[in-house]
Formats: sequence, C-alpha cells, structure tokens
Amino acid sequence: MIHVAGVDVGSTQTKAVIIDEEGAILGRSLIDTGADVVKAAENSFALALGDAGLAPDDVSYVIGTGYGRYKVTFGDDQVTEISCHGRGAVHMFPGTRTVIDMGGQDTKAIAVSETGEIVDFCMNDKCAAGTGRFLGAASAALDIPLDDLGPTALRATKPVRISTTCTVFAETEILSWLGKGKKIEDILMGVHQSISSRSIGLLRRVGIDEEVSFTGGVARNLGMVHVLNENLELEMNVSEESHFMGALGAALYAMDRARSAQEAMA
Amino acid sequence: MSAEVQNEMMRRGNREGSELFRKWFQGLNQASDEGKSAAYVFVMGSLAEILHAFDMPIVMPEITSLQTAVRRKSADLLNEAEDHGYSPDICGYVKADYAIQSRGGEHPLGRLPKPGLALLTNACNTYLKWGEMWGRMFDTPLFTLDIPGTRAKGTQSWPGDPQFETEKRYVRAQIDELIQTCEEITGKEFDIERLKQNLEYSNRMSAAWKGILECNKKGPAVFNALSDGTVYLSVNNVWRGTEEGAEYFERLLEEKRWMNENRIGAAKEERHRLAFIGVPCYPIFKEFSELFTDWGGVFVISTYLWFASGGNNLGVQYDLEDPLDSLAEVTLIHVRDAMDSMFHPEQVLLENLDDFGIEGVVYHPIKSCRTISTGLADNRRELMEKTDLPSLFIESDMMDKRVISVAQMKNRVDAFFEGIEMRKATRLQEAAQ
Repeated sequence: MIHVAGVDVGSTQTKAVIIDEEGAILGRSLIDTGADVVKAAENSFALALGDAGLAPDDVSYVIGTGYGRYKVTFGDDQVTEISCHGRGAVHMFPGTRTVIDMGGQDTKAIAVSETGEIVDFCMNDKCAAGTGRFLGAASAALDIPLDDLGPTALRATKPVRISTTCTVFAETEILSWLGKGKKIEDILMGVHQSISSRSIGLLRRVGIDEEVSFTGGVARNLGMVHVLNENLELEMNVSEESHFMGALGAALYAMDRARSAQEAMA
Repeated sequence: MSAEVQNEMMRRGNREGSELFRKWFQGLNQASDEGKSAAYVFVMGSLAEILHAFDMPIVMPEITSLQTAVRRKSADLLNEAEDHGYSPDICGYVKADYAIQSRGGEHPLGRLPKPGLALLTNACNTYLKWGEMWGRMFDTPLFTLDIPGTRAKGTQSWPGDPQFETEKRYVRAQIDELIQTCEEITGKEFDIERLKQNLEYSNRMSAAWKGILECNKKGPAVFNALSDGTVYLSVNNVWRGTEEGAEYFERLLEEKRWMNENRIGAAKEERHRLAFIGVPCYPIFKEFSELFTDWGGVFVISTYLWFASGGNNLGVQYDLEDPLDSLAEVTLIHVRDAMDSMFHPEQVLLENLDDFGIEGVVYHPIKSCRTISTGLADNRRELMEKTDLPSLFIESDMMDKRVISVAQMKNRVDAFFEGIEMRKATRLQEAAQ
C-alpha cells in the first residue's frame, strides 16, 4: 500500500494530509504557520502522521504547496496551491469546473477541466482585500473571535455597505459604523458582502461554471458560504475538508508521482 | 567549429549590442560636456533619419529611464518625482526622467544633454505630457507629429487607397514643417543627400531586423525575445538611420541564420515556446526572465519587439528616389503598426501562432502604462475564444519595484507552467491510447 502526503504551508496556517491509494484521507493536521516556516511544515507533517498512525518511512512521496512550499525541506517536490486546490476540488466533487479558494492573504478563482487540469486562474493582486485577512481585520476591530463572525453576520437585518477595498482602512470604516450606532451583525454582514463582491469579480474573470467548489480556510465560515451562494445564485460545493483542499491536491499529485516511480522501477 | 568559436558566435550580437549602447551613451555624455542640447524622441516614430541629417544628438528618454530600473536606481528617482507632487499613478518613465532632469541630467550611465527639441508622435498619450514637462523645465520647443491611426481593428488602408494617400499628404506636410524647425534650431540647411543616406541605413537595418525576427520560426529559438530581444531593441532605436546600426543588424542576422542552420538554440533548455505581450518588468529584469527560463520557457516572439522598434519589424523599405514622400509613407505605416501592435496584439499573434509554434501566451500589463495595458484583458479574452492556448495574465510595472511582488508573480508563473505541462502530458497520454 502506498501512502503519500501533501503539506500546504500557507501564509496563516499550515495543513498536512496523508492519503492512501484510493485517495482517502488517513490523517490530517492544521497548525498556525508562525515565523518558522520550516518548523511549521515539519510539525504539521508529524501531526498528520500521528493522526494516521503512520511513521515517516511509511510515506513514499511528499509534495509541498502554498507560499512556503519550498520550505517543505523534507518534501520530494513542489506544486503551486493553484494547481493543488483545483485538483483537490475535482477529486472531492468531480463535477467541479470552478473553484473559489479563500485563504489568509489570497483569494483565487480557478477554472478546471474534468481531469483537474487548470484551464485559467486569477488572484487578488498585492492587496488582501477580499481575503481572509479582511475578516481578520473585522474580528480585531469588533473583538469577536473569527469562528463567530459568520454566525453573527447571519443575524443581520440591515447590512451596512463597506465601501473601502483596503483591509487597513476597513478597520477604520468598521469603527465609524460602530460610532454611528450600527449593529455589529449588520456591520459584519457588510464585511462579508464586501469580500463576496471582490471574490465574485475574480470568479467572473475565469468564468463561473455551474458547479463551483469553495475551498480554503474561509470556507468554514457559514456566513461567507451563505453570502456567496446568495450572490452567485447557486449552491457551492463545500466539504468538511475544504480547509485541507490544497494539501489534499498536493497529496494527489504526490500519489501520481509515487505511482510513476513504482511503475518505472517495475 | 570549436566550442569556443561557437560560443563567441552565439554571444556576438549581445556583446556588440551592449558595446554600441555604451557608445551611444558616451556620445550623449560628451554632448552634455560640450554644452550641446539634444533632440528628445520616442521609440514609436523617432524620425531619427532627419535628426541625424542635422547632426543632432538623440536622447531616447524611454530608454534612458528604463536603464535606471535595470540598474536598480529607479526607486530613488520615482520617490524624488513623487516628493515634487507627481502622482504614484503617473508613468514611471516620466517620473524617473523628471528626477534626472532636475539633477541636471545626472544618470547612472553618465550625464544627459538638455532637451533642445522634443519630437513626439501621438502613438502614446503620455508623450505629449512628457514633452510639455520639458517645455516647463527648459522652454524646450515641442513638435508633435500627428499620425492617423487605424480607425478600427483590421481596417488599415494602404498606398494607393484614397484614405491612405490623404493621410500621407498630412504626414508629409508635418515632415516639411519638422525640417524647417530643425533648420531654425540648428542653423543648418537641410541636406537631402544626407537624409537619403540615413534612409538607406534604415532600409538595411529594417530588412535585417525583420529577417532576425523570422529566424525564431524555426526551432530551436535563436534568441529569447524577452532578454536578448531587449538588447537588440535598444540598438534598433538608438542607432536607427546610422551605418553602425545597419552593420550591427546585418551581422546579427548572419549570426541568427548561422544558428538556424546549425540548429543551435539560445536557451540552455527549450521546453515551452511562448509569446510575450507587453513591456518587460525592468526593476527585476533578470529575475523576471528566469521565472520563465527556469521552466524551459523561451519567448520566441514579443509584441514589444514590434511596437517598440518603431515599425522596423515590418521591413518596409524607403524609396530613395523619392525620400520625403517615402518617409511620410513609411512613417505613417510604422507608427500606425506600432499602435496596432499595442492595442490589438491578438491580431498579429493569431496569424503567427502556428509559424512560431507558440504553446502559451504571457500577458504582462504594467501599472504605470494604461496606454498599453488597458485593453490587454479583452485581447486575452479574444485569444481564449479563438484558440485553446494556455495564457497567463500577470501585472507588475516597468519601473516601480514597489508594486512588484516576486513571490506572487512566481506563484502565478509556476501555476501557468504546471498547467502547460499537465496539458502536454494529457495530450501525450491521449495520443498513446
């Protein structure tokens, strides 16, 4: 039995996934990346191994992905998270033709073929507007834990309009709405709407196909899922593994390589 | 042929190009030392053949500005211009030049003579504002050559068409005015024999340049249109209408044909043949190029080598029997083509995809040049509708490192190549089945 791993070193969090030949996830881990990127990759891999009940030698191929992919020093190769999220989403939801991946500092819209081949992609440019960081700014300004942002926003009755596209200025705008006596849930829904608007702009550039899968850490935010679904007028695919989709895609590429290597040796 | 001789032959064009470039700059430095002023002209319609007939030193401010970025000196210049109130959104070339002029022409490669004449065309809307800037700084006379552009994509008129002939007369009248202006500025009488000689040099240069560009049709590519091409392009502009320029390009053509015949490629590894649309990223020029060459990507064509060579890519020849009318005709064709290559790159690209074996297209809009960048998203969409070629859209700048994120850029470039390689592998698998 071949076991392989994908390690996704993101700007905010590092994820690792171990899979078997069927593509089933045997173990996973999620930790904050922190300042020591190499260590984060190592720790995340070790935790995923522990979760799977495997030893490092049981894993025949490791692919690093994410911004820190070259820091997965124990890995065999690197693949960008753009390719990995596409591959992971098609594996999880085979009908996927468009992927929206919302991470800590990046939002990516990816068009994929039925084989998971990347047809087109586009990302936010040098600015964290429309990404998880925008939610982070709201969380800090309103002193609400990240996990509570979505459920709180869903209670909104009169959402405000957040006009700035800058994450730094968003905090100021949020405070000004608070000053005007607006309810926290209405402000938060405005934040979600603002991110949704930016993300849908990216999606339109690559083309919105019928089956859209939502991946990345922000996919755990129910408010974001709700707002995007409403604005896209469809039901996106969201999996419990959405947060791990990049690592899963990396692991799937690792499996391809491990198989090729095995065939070459046979 | 020994490896040493072969290596020398392959590097000759880049070495001689760099030498000529330095020589041009030395000439400018000398002109500055002697207190002479220069004609400041642009790559899209320089009329260098006329200016050389009056012995006017020629400064090409787009090139002197981009050199500050290549030499990693542009950041201070941009900051200085912004300190004087120039917006971050204004063309980086203009801002760098503003700072250079404010420092008395001080440039990392020497000292520029002051602008004694600003000669510009309407090919770029910023040219006029740039010329006005020198007017405010130095009372520089401004001569705008208004060249009729293509009314709508694919509707160019040609010699013999009534529209073309009308436009040619319009350009000819302006050229007559330009000659008069040069006579007034230099105090010299116009010598048509010297113009003829300069046009003959340009004919040789243009014929050779067209031939060189075509050499990349046959694989492996004999030059990288992004890195090598930029060296050739600088000579193409600053030595236009001169014997040195003509000789350089004829020797370069000889080199490229020799490489063709011996099936020698310029790249260490050529795995993917690409087209480049836009202006290079000069602040990280080498690094930018390596993002592609590291994957075995070689740019076999670039729209930059078309529009920034001022039409020389077409190989159109001046009629030396009728120099002034011919100059009007060719200038009209050249500048119009430069604009078309900027605004409608997909048109020529689509015609050349098969000939050059293009496997992917890279669009590189730049933040500080809206003239060239605005339409690129639409151009790319049209290409995607008409072909199934992979394409990449990455934005940076030609001067301003502050808006360049290498990590983000690398991520996109890597994903682009991963897509190309996956696609190739899938096609191979399908073919094998």
